[in-house]
Amino acid sequence: MYWNEHYECMPREQLEEVQLKRLKKVVERVFYNVPFYRSKFQEAGLEPSDIKTVADLQKLPFTTKQDLRDNYPFGMFATPMTDIVRVHASSGTTGKPTVVGYTRTDLNTWAEIIARALTCAGTTKDSVIQIAYGYGLFTGGLGVHYGAERVGASVIPISGGNTQRQLMIMKDFGTTVLACTPSYAVYLAETLEKMGEDRANFKLKYGIFGAEPWSEKMRQELEKRLEISAVDIYGLSEVIGPGVACECQEKQGLHIFDDHFIPEIIDPVTGETLPEGEKGELVFTTLTKEGFPVIRYRTRDLSILTKEPCACGRTHIRMHKVFGRTDDMLVIRGVNVFPSQIETAILEVGETEPHYLLIVDRVGSLDELEIQVEVSPKMFSDKVRGLEDLERKIQHHIQSLLGIAAKVKLVEPHSLPRSEGKAKRIIDRRRI
Amino acid sequence: MIKQISLFLENKKGRLAHVCRILGNEKINIRALSIADTTNFGVLRLIVDNPEKAHDVLKEHNFAVSTTEVLAMEVSDTPGGLAGALERLDTAGINLEYMYAFLGKTSQGALVVIRVENPLEAIPVIRESGIKILEGDQVYSL
Repeated sequence: MYWNEHYECMPREQLEEVQLKRLKKVVERVFYNVPFYRSKFQEAGLEPSDIKTVADLQKLPFTTKQDLRDNYPFGMFATPMTDIVRVHASSGTTGKPTVVGYTRTDLNTWAEIIARALTCAGTTKDSVIQIAYGYGLFTGGLGVHYGAERVGASVIPISGGNTQRQLMIMKDFGTTVLACTPSYAVYLAETLEKMGEDRANFKLKYGIFGAEPWSEKMRQELEKRLEISAVDIYGLSEVIGPGVACECQEKQGLHIFDDHFIPEIIDPVTGETLPEGEKGELVFTTLTKEGFPVIRYRTRDLSILTKEPCACGRTHIRMHKVFGRTDDMLVIRGVNVFPSQIETAILEVGETEPHYLLIVDRVGSLDELEIQVEVSPKMFSDKVRGLEDLERKIQHHIQSLLGIAAKVKLVEPHSLPRSEGKAKRIIDRRRI
Repeated sequence: MIKQISLFLENKKGRLAHVCRILGNEKINIRALSIADTTNFGVLRLIVDNPEKAHDVLKEHNFAVSTTEVLAMEVSDTPGGLAGALERLDTAGINLEYMYAFLGKTSQGALVVIRVENPLEAIPVIRESGIKILEGDQVYSL
């Protein structure tokens, strides 16, 4: 099932022609409309006419989160405000939020790619989709919303939070597709089990989860517990929002809708473009956006790209599930550690629910990592030795997987903070 | 056999009081208890007058709870009484995983709670060695 077979299954050579045509246009657009890009290009001695092939993209300078902050709020917009029909903003963990703007054409493009993603996930016009992403400045809720309407599904715009009510509506309205963050999906599964509801009363079949990295193990866990098929959807507000890429039912990487966005993988340290198949930082250039185009935007997400054809028939380039972010990458005693790796290790050892918290501290001159893991009722035994064994097993597993010694501490169920949006997994207490 | 409630507790200030308060509010009376602890956590084991209710209530409060079958063994409340009983268990080849004393007592003597590998198989062996094992109904209401 495709939403737009023409573009989704277009032969690569033909697709690259489309890309080049669009790339030339967007480079011109930012050069003549956004002072930031014009001066950056001029500093590098570049003119729009220097873009003759898609590979020439590599000559252009990167755009970073800091650049967007420096031009807060509307400095990066490439159209007058009169043409902007919507703004969104990403949560500012440090300082001011990042503001993005959409023209009517942009909203149309967004709905189109979300429609593709939802179709990948199993949504049809007969689906009942519950959108439990937050609605508001965050792109998750409204982004998925308009795509779901485009598909023609029955949309439940419930937004995030109020878990009991989510489940009541899921049952009573016969929800077939759930869209939310993976950590919230775990929370929903947990609450469902706790309520002792009979799964037969639910019609849920598909999940489309994103907005934070999650592991393959977590997919298996969610698919088992919710009895669904779950796919990963990727996106970021700076590029357009959710729907930049999505897995199909093959679950062999996420299809990047690359008639709209050109991805690159670079070495996060040197900035050098890496060949296909190598792991590095994802960089995106938007090809069709009018209001807020970005050129070589550094996402800080780590992934791998492949042009290998997918069994589903789509020819879009695929990205590996995000391994983690370069900025929540922890460097512990010189070792790069991602929360997703720890998550995998915990899941492989016990039947532990993936609720954990990483606490990094510096004792003397040494970094110490403590991993707090909630004891699930399932794994609790009356025997102290069994629990101590579990702590040790997780410890050994992390040691062999990551090569670092971590202190594992079992904590009571539900004692770690729950989020209804993105999960908070790290507390870094180091003062360096 | 009697039902023992076990739960996972972090070694944190006020946790035990919290559990006892929950049970108190539900009018559940504790008959015996023990804590096995490590540096970080403990396992609290309880004999209460209404184990099913205690299990449900603690679960509702998000504790990791389990129910384990244990035996209540009557021993003579005199010096050497427990020693004699334990020697008999030893002779009968019964290994104890853990044990702890009971708060109440019967008219005949003191009570200890013991946990063995296979309680069902152990009961006749223990009884044959002359030790009295009490049933749940006799214990919960003491």
